[in-house]
Amino acid sequence: MDNTSVMENQAEDSHKTTTGLNSRKLLMWLFLGSDCMFFGSLIATYLVHQGKSLVGPYPVDVFDIPTTSVSTFVLLMSSMSMVLAYSALNRGNLKGFRIWIISTAIMGATFLAFQVFEFRTFVHHDHLTPQVNLFGTTFFTLTGIHGVHVTLGVIWLLSLFFHSFRGGVTPEKSLDVDLAALYWHFVDMVWIIIFTVVYLFGVFRGF
Amino acid sequence: MTLLALSGIARPVHPTGIWGWITTIDHKRIGVLYGVTAFLMFITGGIEALIIRIQLGGPESNIVSPEVYNQLFTMHATTMIFLGVMPMSAAFFNYLIPLQIGARDVAFPRLNAFSYWTFLSGAIVLKLSWFLGGAPNAGWFGYAPLTGSAYNPGHGVDFWIIGLQILGVASLAAAFNFLTTIINMRAPGMSLMRMPLFTWMTFVTNFLLIFAFPVITVALIELFMDRYFAMNFFVTSAGASPVLWQHLFWIFGHPEVYILILPAMGIVSEILPTFSKKPLFGYPFIVLSGVVIGFMGWMVWSHHMFTVGLGPVANSVFALTTMLIAVPTGVKIFNWLGTMWGGTLEFKTPMLFAVGFVFLFIIGGLSGVMHAIPASDAQQQDTYFIVAHIHYVLFGGAIVAIFGGIYYWFPKVTGKFLDEKIGKLNFWLMFIGMNITFFPMHFLGMDGMPRRVYTYDADMGWNLWNGVSTAGSLLLAFSFLIFIHNVVRSLRKGEVAGNDPWDARTLEWSISSPPPEYNFKEIPHVTGIDQFWIDKKENGKVVSENSVEVDEHSIHLPQPSYWPFICSMGLLIAGYGAVYISSTVGIIVTAAGFMVTMFAVYAWSFEPVNDPENSY
Repeated sequence: MDNTSVMENQAEDSHKTTTGLNSRKLLMWLFLGSDCMFFGSLIATYLVHQGKSLVGPYPVDVFDIPTTSVSTFVLLMSSMSMVLAYSALNRGNLKGFRIWIISTAIMGATFLAFQVFEFRTFVHHDHLTPQVNLFGTTFFTLTGIHGVHVTLGVIWLLSLFFHSFRGGVTPEKSLDVDLAALYWHFVDMVWIIIFTVVYLFGVFRGF
Repeated sequence: MTLLALSGIARPVHPTGIWGWITTIDHKRIGVLYGVTAFLMFITGGIEALIIRIQLGGPESNIVSPEVYNQLFTMHATTMIFLGVMPMSAAFFNYLIPLQIGARDVAFPRLNAFSYWTFLSGAIVLKLSWFLGGAPNAGWFGYAPLTGSAYNPGHGVDFWIIGLQILGVASLAAAFNFLTTIINMRAPGMSLMRMPLFTWMTFVTNFLLIFAFPVITVALIELFMDRYFAMNFFVTSAGASPVLWQHLFWIFGHPEVYILILPAMGIVSEILPTFSKKPLFGYPFIVLSGVVIGFMGWMVWSHHMFTVGLGPVANSVFALTTMLIAVPTGVKIFNWLGTMWGGTLEFKTPMLFAVGFVFLFIIGGLSGVMHAIPASDAQQQDTYFIVAHIHYVLFGGAIVAIFGGIYYWFPKVTGKFLDEKIGKLNFWLMFIGMNITFFPMHFLGMDGMPRRVYTYDADMGWNLWNGVSTAGSLLLAFSFLIFIHNVVRSLRKGEVAGNDPWDARTLEWSISSPPPEYNFKEIPHVTGIDQFWIDKKENGKVVSENSVEVDEHSIHLPQPSYWPFICSMGLLIAGYGAVYISSTVGIIVTAAGFMVTMFAVYAWSFEPVNDPENSY
């Protein structure tokens, strides 16, 4: 990996700030810190109400761990292609950047397709709706809001992809991609927590 | 650029008049917008309070119906907290932070404009409820399930939910911006421990904001889901926890209390040294206790829930943490006293307000410690004793300090003094009026008068103190009329203030009043706390700025932009639609609003900070 160009970019961007950190990047980190509290509150709500549903269906009745594992794997891989896209851009390889960024977006969209499929199965096949019990309420809200985050991320990635054809994405402006990448990795990480807490604990602890 | 061309809107170049204000990204003008809007909102909240006081002035009166009364007290509190005190603090953040840290603007000027317009949108949505079927009526903390659709079918609560969500977006955007500004835009040499106290308290406040607001956002989303999609978050018959809302709300709500008071403490920490002609006593202790308050503010939320029945262990823990948080507050008060001790005190109007703050805040703090004891709190819960307490800390604390701040910095903002004589009259009327209004509430509470009752029986023994309190509230209202008179009069023919009218200490006083658009011709170099004082007294530089020869055209400022305004207006439309989201029209309006916002976000991100040939 050629890190020198990255370093130069950052030096270029940040020579005016007090800490030497780029202000946009700092803002992104602050936003992500804030978003931690956001998802933390949603997950806490889920946990508080875990096992409190008065009627079924319950997590053990609906979750299909193998299928969700596949979509989780796809989302995890999209983080890797995001890293590859950023690194390609920093090496000046615009073609590589386009390939990897569109792969990331496609994998994100695949994850969303899985989620739509899963939601439809739950509602139509398992009769788990957001209204039927507390599990449905907390599950659909938590995972649905995460899905909205992924959707916004996919739109952001696609915007970068198309913008690159108009010369808007260059190694000098790799920070634009870096910010999207930070967001994307964060959304992935939140999913890992949701997958563990909601899906795995839900099935293996038998709530 | 294509998108800009598509929209047919060219970049504003030196807009004037109303367009100048709509497109402005100058932190000083945005600060003025925040201040004026917040003051207008404060007046509406004050009128709501006056109607409440007039209704309660005598027993069994019928000036407003119980339904309207519920709406009045809910809107009064929501207005004062979210549309009054918070944005007034934001006005000070906006105007002062770049000046105090020696910067030309905030880190993200357009985001700053967006924060203001979004705040205005949220305020409009919230206030619209009065005209569209009734205001929210479940109290400012909106306890679910009382706010659920089963018990509260009207749209009032919907306006409250959506309004607060939009205000949350505004506060969060502003908080990210100020944190980045304070971390990254300080003048060379201004280390953290050389920052002015007001900047420090702003720093802590905005950290509280970014971590507290997501929690209320989630609580409001859940309530929204319950109301519109018949979900079960707060439906106890479906097994939901009946105290979940209370926990979520107060995990936000208690840090919120410090969000309201820390900026006020910052203001007072600026005024006291100036009029004592002494440096702030124990600077690192005041800074540190502010930071400690910031951390401990997260550990005390359940003291709002002592009577819920969380059990003796939880109650004891929260009683202890609550008493502990009084320690850093006490440290601050002793340091303020230490600042005045032995100083050459000069009781100009801002100083009166600052000393008034210390006095009134101590009273509020003492009653606060009283309800930190769960057994004692069980007697005080939901009585006027609580109402007395919060008004001593939020009126006697936050509002008095903010008005001190207005008197203090008005000459910097406008170049003119507020009249000193009227100012003193203003202070004494407010101080006396405030005590006559709120002190009797301690007695009423002790006599068992519950809060939020629209009237009371004549033989309850509450007539006298309610009458006194109402009389006091009229005096208080009069003091604000005096204030408005003073502002209008001083803007017209106020005495001209120089750059440094109070012989003050921090960097904002080193530049002209009002400051030029670019603030500092030359970015100052900072060698210690109170840099301007050092320059004046040790380096013998009377006015550092005007003597500097710098070509004004060589200073590049970010340019005005339409997009923040359009982006916020999209949110206003979407918010209005979201109230009626269960109808098709509501969905269409919401979608249209979000499309406007999305479009503006794109146009904004493709618009360079400066003109194209000068791109970043």
